[in-house]
Amino acid sequence: MRFYRSLTIAQKQIVWAWIFLAVPTVFYIWIRFYPTANAFVLSFQHWNLLSDREWAGLDNYVRLWNDPVFWVVFKNTFIYLALGTPISLALSFVVAYHLDKVRFMHGFIRALYFLPFMTSAVAMAWVWRWFYQPVPIGLINNALSSIGIPQIAFLNSTTNALPAVLAPAIWAGLGFQIIIFMAGLRAIPQTYYEAARIDGVSAWTTLTEITLPLLKPTIVFLVVFSSIGFLRIFDQVFNMTTNDPGGPLNSTKPLVLLIYDTAFNGFNMGYAAAQTVVLFVVLLVVSLLQLYIMRDRDRVS
Amino acid sequence: MSGHDITASSTTLFRQQPKVSKVHFSSGQFVRWLLLFLGGIAMIMPIIYMLSTSFKFPFEVYNLNLIPEEPTLENYTYVLEDGRFYGWLITSLIIATVTTISNVFFDSLVGYALCKFRFPGRLIVFIAILSTLMIPTEMLVLPWYLMSKNFGWLDTHWGIMFPGLMTAFGTFLMKQFFETVPDDFLEAARIDGLNELQIWWTVAMPLVKPALAALAIFVFLGNWTAFIWPLIVTNSQEMYTLPVGLSTFSVEAQVEWELIMTGAAISTIPTLIVFLVFQRYIIRGVVMAGLKG
Repeated sequence: MRFYRSLTIAQKQIVWAWIFLAVPTVFYIWIRFYPTANAFVLSFQHWNLLSDREWAGLDNYVRLWNDPVFWVVFKNTFIYLALGTPISLALSFVVAYHLDKVRFMHGFIRALYFLPFMTSAVAMAWVWRWFYQPVPIGLINNALSSIGIPQIAFLNSTTNALPAVLAPAIWAGLGFQIIIFMAGLRAIPQTYYEAARIDGVSAWTTLTEITLPLLKPTIVFLVVFSSIGFLRIFDQVFNMTTNDPGGPLNSTKPLVLLIYDTAFNGFNMGYAAAQTVVLFVVLLVVSLLQLYIMRDRDRVS
Repeated sequence: MSGHDITASSTTLFRQQPKVSKVHFSSGQFVRWLLLFLGGIAMIMPIIYMLSTSFKFPFEVYNLNLIPEEPTLENYTYVLEDGRFYGWLITSLIIATVTTISNVFFDSLVGYALCKFRFPGRLIVFIAILSTLMIPTEMLVLPWYLMSKNFGWLDTHWGIMFPGLMTAFGTFLMKQFFETVPDDFLEAARIDGLNELQIWWTVAMPLVKPALAALAIFVFLGNWTAFIWPLIVTNSQEMYTLPVGLSTFSVEAQVEWELIMTGAAISTIPTLIVFLVFQRYIIRGVVMAGLKG
């Protein structure tokens, strides 16, 4: 205590700072940094959990490059992204744009759109899986057949399965994006719109010349946020294709499911680690693209 | 996002927009309202069908009608008599509660230290924590699994929850919000003889309650619905969380969709109730966390 009193105010702050940070520092080093390093190291090793870890050089990466399944999975992962992000952003923007102009029962309608965001992906994957079943089980095919449309194979078709698995992922995320879009819309000063109205600018021109450009930070944030989400898709795929995870014929398998399979069904830890490094690089590139686009914006403002 | 946008958006979200003119409900407005309303109903249809089917007898399951002709609680009785769902519910509750408390405590502790103290290494600590945002969970599950195996954490509550006890996202969110706490308040408390921990807990924390609520909601929901890590770290059915248990249960039940829907309803109803009760708080929290975090 006497020692503490002899310190200057600045020195006391240093002592307190490290009292605050002591436990979290241990946590971050032990649970975040060390495992990260371990994942990188593991990607250069062979290991099946039972034998000793052996150095493998670039073996795992070479194997990955030559693995046709990996390329199928890589392509699938990008299809999830390429379909999911534009569709979910377009839908949520249209809803947010119109909902912003509606007063009557505004809160209630907003709640309807937001509710799916509160559900668990696993539970909803099973609900959607039921919807997709063939006649007489599945809801969608029952409805189609009752109006005379031939039934559609959803989860059993190599071409339809991926969009069918993606749909609940888009659906569950819409509410979040709508809320963020509406907050972005509210942040645009009303004076811009009044000026446009006085000048007699059409609603469409107002949208493309005022609203969308001023919404750019919101759009960039949502693009990156949802892209990362779709690149990491797992829960829906795993639960909607349990009899053949990632099937039929790997047509729905995303990168994270491949990692899970390699590590916990194949016990090929080194190879799985190399796949996680690929995931890391892909996500890093997406994040850096955001920084690049945002830097552009900061220079303007 | 710039600071200006954020405060403007989060404060105006619930305020009535200044009315330029008296809005009469024109036919165009009505069509817009109707389409939005129907879209909203379509959005909750999967949830409605899940709930409705959970009250149906097997013979009615493939029927499109929303209201069961003969409502029954038999599915719930069956699923709950199985007994496993209680255990999964309790595990999920424990995991989500402990991680929420831990995040609210530690993330604000670190966020506060990084925001209000000047000390050598501050920037390094900040950048180090922020950089962990770049590392996807899926990359860490392998090393975490190996760690859990070595330390005997597999198939334990601690094993499920240890990776999520602190998050960089929460730390960053809290740091941003502590910026809004004036230093004068802290200085006044210091003169009154409070030590730094007391100042943090009794002066600063009450001032950022909305942010704490937002953080708590996100952490709780995230851990309640978490799937891949609990799936990996648990082996025995007694230790499953609700999503992992539901997944296993549904595979077993395979064609008995009314039972699967009941299981899904049991894992969804708690969050739906939380949402209906705290709706405004949650939506405000989503905006704050989304824009500031």
